[in-house]
Amino acid sequence: MNTTPTAVAAAPTRWTPPRREETWIGWLLDWKPFLIVMCLLPAVGLLTVFLTYPLGLGIWLAFTDTTIGRRGIWVGLENFIWLFEDPIFWSAVFYSVFYTAIATIGKFALGLWLALLLNNHLPIKSFIRAIILLPWIVPTVLSAIAFWWIYDPQFSIISYVFVDVLGWRDTNIDFISTAWPARWSLIAANIWRGIPFVAISLLAGLQTIPPSLYEAALLDGSTPWQRFRYITVPMIMPILAIVMTFSIIFTFTDFQLVYAITRGGPVNSTHLLATLAFQRGIPGGQLGEGAAIAVSMIPFLVFATLFSYFALARRKWQQGEAND
Amino acid sequence: MATVEVKDVTKYFGSTQVLRDVNVSIADGEFVVLVGPSGCGKSTLLRMIAGLENITGGTISIGGRVVNTVPPKDRDIAMVFQNYALYPHMTVFDNMAFSLKLANAPKEVMEEEVGRAAKILGLGQLLHRYPRQLSGGQRQRVAMGRAIVRNPQVFLFDEPLSNLDAKLRVAMRAEIKELHQRLKVTTVYVTHDQIEAMTMADKIVVMNHGVVEQIGPPLELYDRPNNLFVAGFIGSPAMNMIEGKIEGGAFRTADGAAWPLPPNGSGARPAEVIYGIRPEHLRLDPAGVPTTVQVVEPTGSETQVVLRHGEASMLGAFRERIAARHGDVLPVMPDPELVHLFDKQTGRRI
Repeated sequence: MNTTPTAVAAAPTRWTPPRREETWIGWLLDWKPFLIVMCLLPAVGLLTVFLTYPLGLGIWLAFTDTTIGRRGIWVGLENFIWLFEDPIFWSAVFYSVFYTAIATIGKFALGLWLALLLNNHLPIKSFIRAIILLPWIVPTVLSAIAFWWIYDPQFSIISYVFVDVLGWRDTNIDFISTAWPARWSLIAANIWRGIPFVAISLLAGLQTIPPSLYEAALLDGSTPWQRFRYITVPMIMPILAIVMTFSIIFTFTDFQLVYAITRGGPVNSTHLLATLAFQRGIPGGQLGEGAAIAVSMIPFLVFATLFSYFALARRKWQQGEAND
Repeated sequence: MATVEVKDVTKYFGSTQVLRDVNVSIADGEFVVLVGPSGCGKSTLLRMIAGLENITGGTISIGGRVVNTVPPKDRDIAMVFQNYALYPHMTVFDNMAFSLKLANAPKEVMEEEVGRAAKILGLGQLLHRYPRQLSGGQRQRVAMGRAIVRNPQVFLFDEPLSNLDAKLRVAMRAEIKELHQRLKVTTVYVTHDQIEAMTMADKIVVMNHGVVEQIGPPLELYDRPNNLFVAGFIGSPAMNMIEGKIEGGAFRTADGAAWPLPPNGSGARPAEVIYGIRPEHLRLDPAGVPTTVQVVEPTGSETQVVLRHGEASMLGAFRERIAARHGDVLPVMPDPELVHLFDKQTGRRI
């Protein structure tokens, strides 16, 4: 009868979480506009200090006649007019485009081939994958110095093999002492360095292709070439476009390889825009002119970015909603 | 159309044996379902018929021709994959026409064949869409359309409905069965869902741990399961299994309940047996075994009740509505005609 009230009285009081006092700092951190500003500040600050300011300063310098040790004055387009008539500048433009085009083709042909190989079941696959990353993780200057020795007119190991070991040649090979051989040699070094990035990225793309698509194609009666042509290629196109854009930008703005191996020589024949800008601006002291050369790379890079913008635009088959 | 003959087939992945002496013969035009729990080797067997896995031992013949070394594309088969394996960058039309395109068929032939398959499956409006723009059921239909276009001798289905929601699964189940009745092509269908197997098959092959447990028409497996595995696997809800002994003309459990034996069983019986009774074959009987109600689950069409007697827990499915509550005592009695007895040692039917 009266057990119920007793039970209630005997029951322990429920634990309730203590109510926290509101403080002004707690209130501030809960206020969204403040929080947004706080969270964005570090990123915006870093971008401003390390990206926007140098870029802005570079563009400003390009329109002045600043030299090292002397604050310049605004000269308008004079630097660019000057460059326009400079054959060395045009030769650097030519070699930058040539270097980028040939090296990109080489990197993608070999990188795709390597990625396809590694996508098969090989016995020591993970070991090979680690090995092929080596050219990429070695600091560029170190590998450039290695190539410098490989290309050395006197001590080149390739010349040694051909002349002294195999006896196929009487004289050492001329790698970097005349214009065209030097240009090709640098491209070869750049390809060697760029393959791992391409291969690993494309391998990641290849691994996203479901194996059942290949099995379905196998049952549909396809040859290996047809599977490559109709399944692999279209399926890795999106990632290929991204990787190619990055590769083009990095190759076009390359500096280290060329500067470490040939310094733009012989007779300015291997200058890229980046090395020429450095040469004119820092050792040459003409900061304004160097900056103008660097700024003249911007249109090319904008073009590459536009290329990526259109190539990366989601293909129709990747979209979900549209019904046509 | 063709027969499929699987003879003494074994399969090893490295040193792991996944199939052991599998023998299945499939008649022309038959709809055969391979069913079993995951890892039982049913998909491997299907992939071996398709030619996507090589055969370690034994032979597989399609239409009387041994195909062990015949490449997949020359086996005259078509397969529907679990994830459909539609080419995402091709439209429905191109997906369905792909095999013809590879064979360099003229455009008119492609349009005619794809049109025929699209008509069968009601895909006419969707031919210009990409797989991404389709619902699960539509993708499933495109995958079947791709198979139909190839005009194969044998259709292979690898768990085709497992990515669909429950309602759609039931609808597609009927659609596939109807398609088979219309085209009359020999079909091998893999699933882990025994309901799918029961509803679709002409003949079911129950597999477990790489061996065939039993082959037979659906109702035969339900009525006369060969062993404990098939008894437990076929039928939903699953059969109740009670351990005990045969003493004095009845089946007795350790806690003293006596259950009636099936009438025909007068032969030699082992002492320790397992008494199998399907939930739907238990009925309420005042003279039955008194059991305690644990849980009552009304489904509308029937009432499922979890019952307990001593150590033994069992499920009863009753047509009538039962207003029992937890702890009530319900006396139940099986229909002796429908009781299954299994040898506890070997698991075989007695």
